[in-house]
Amino acid sequence: MLQDSVIPAIEVERLVKIYKQVPAVDGISFSIPRGSITGLLGGNGAGKSTTIAMIMGLLMPTAGSVKVLGAQMPHQRYRVLQRMNFESPYVEMPMRLTIRQNLTVFGMLYGVRDLAARIEELAAALDLTSLLDRATGKLSAGQKTRVSLAKSLINSPELLLLDEPTASLDPDTADWVRAHLERYCRERHASVLLASHNMHEVERLCERVIIMKRGRIEDDDTPARLLTRYGRRTLEEVFLDVARGPDEAEAAQ
Amino acid sequence: MITATENAFAFSPRRVAAMMLRYWYLLRSSWPRLIDLIYWPTVQMITWGFIQYYVTQNAGLLVRAGGTLIGAMLLWDILFRGQLGFSISFLEEMWARNIGNLMMSPLRPVEFVAALMVMSIVRLAIGVVPVTILALVFFGFNLYGLGFALVAFFINLMLTSWAVGIFVSGLVLRNGLGAENLAWSIMFLFLPLACVYYPVTTLPVWLQPAAWALPPTYVFEGMRALLIDHVFRADLILIAFALNVVLLAGGIFGFLKLLQAARRHGSLMQIGE
Repeated sequence: MLQDSVIPAIEVERLVKIYKQVPAVDGISFSIPRGSITGLLGGNGAGKSTTIAMIMGLLMPTAGSVKVLGAQMPHQRYRVLQRMNFESPYVEMPMRLTIRQNLTVFGMLYGVRDLAARIEELAAALDLTSLLDRATGKLSAGQKTRVSLAKSLINSPELLLLDEPTASLDPDTADWVRAHLERYCRERHASVLLASHNMHEVERLCERVIIMKRGRIEDDDTPARLLTRYGRRTLEEVFLDVARGPDEAEAAQ
Repeated sequence: MITATENAFAFSPRRVAAMMLRYWYLLRSSWPRLIDLIYWPTVQMITWGFIQYYVTQNAGLLVRAGGTLIGAMLLWDILFRGQLGFSISFLEEMWARNIGNLMMSPLRPVEFVAALMVMSIVRLAIGVVPVTILALVFFGFNLYGLGFALVAFFINLMLTSWAVGIFVSGLVLRNGLGAENLAWSIMFLFLPLACVYYPVTTLPVWLQPAAWALPPTYVFEGMRALLIDHVFRADLILIAFALNVVLLAGGIFGFLKLLQAARRHGSLMQIGE
């Protein structure tokens, strides 16, 4: 039996999701090792959110398999949900509850020990201490994102799934959030799967990039090797090459 | 090793308490929500109280049936508000777009349902207990005078309200907030058929079997037997309980199936209309 620390954070094999005969995800396979930050890139409708939803166990695959920390999703999800967490623009924190109340509820759901201290620790790390007793609905977009991040870190997850974590943030706050994520992963040896449209963010955070198009994986490599292989200076240019084809991308520039 | 099935049906009082705390925070933070809980039961009780007062003044036969209208109204409110209390706590998660957070947390469906059940009792207590006191003060109707019978009626009505609430929550999970109206209206299907304000014999003969298939019918017949004939019909209560067990099992089964369908169709990712 494999030692827990060598079991991949995520193993996706021949994963398929079909909605009304249209494939949203079309037979993709990849594996994400422990302690790594991997970017999932793709245009709108590429299948990123559908893939993440199947990894989280919110969506049942049509075919193929997803294993998270060794547990088959979605059937064995309760074996691992305590060890993972997520942040997504598709969900929000209850607006009428204060930050402290929201974190208390989620901390109890995740069985966090010494919860009051953990909330104070997270609030200090994410610059939320002075806002802890303010209603979540009364916060700015940047503050709300930091609260969502605090919720996603409440259980010190070994695996973090992030869908557009810095969307709608100003450059300063976005940079600050990225720095915090980097630090967290380094200190806790946590694994992150990050779906984003922000190429700068992916280039800075991710040691590996998976590019999806029309439900399939178009490329999968380190940012440096992708730049070399496509002969481009930025990941954004690589993304455009993949999305439009090299000729059309060249013409657009 | 823990099998997936065992684990899925594991039950943690801590997680149930977390959900109750979440709803308590919400209730505490919003006085309009608290007022809404008590407003309609009060309006109904006063309306039916005056109707009953008028009837008893003008029809000698109905004097014997003293209290049946207010009693029926209060018991109907337990049924209706019980289901509404369950469904609204659930809808709060949909309105707040928080359902994805909960579905991705270690909270089991059975724990979620348990928290909603307890909160429906809390909401009901806030709304209906003051109204029962008003009924005593203004119209001399003491609901608590029903004693043990009231406990039996209450348990049966709550079981029905939970069964319906669980099923409606499943429908909303599967179909999104477009199905929200069901939460407000579905219980009114019971109003004519469960014979809340009149005996089953009032219905056409062909419709009576449908009425007897509903657990609340036995409760309202039992209440009339108690208030008019001063007889506690344990047989009616037992049949109601047996039917409720079937209804509740059906509600939970339906909820789990609808949740499974929501996972298949991606409804948990597209919470909205």
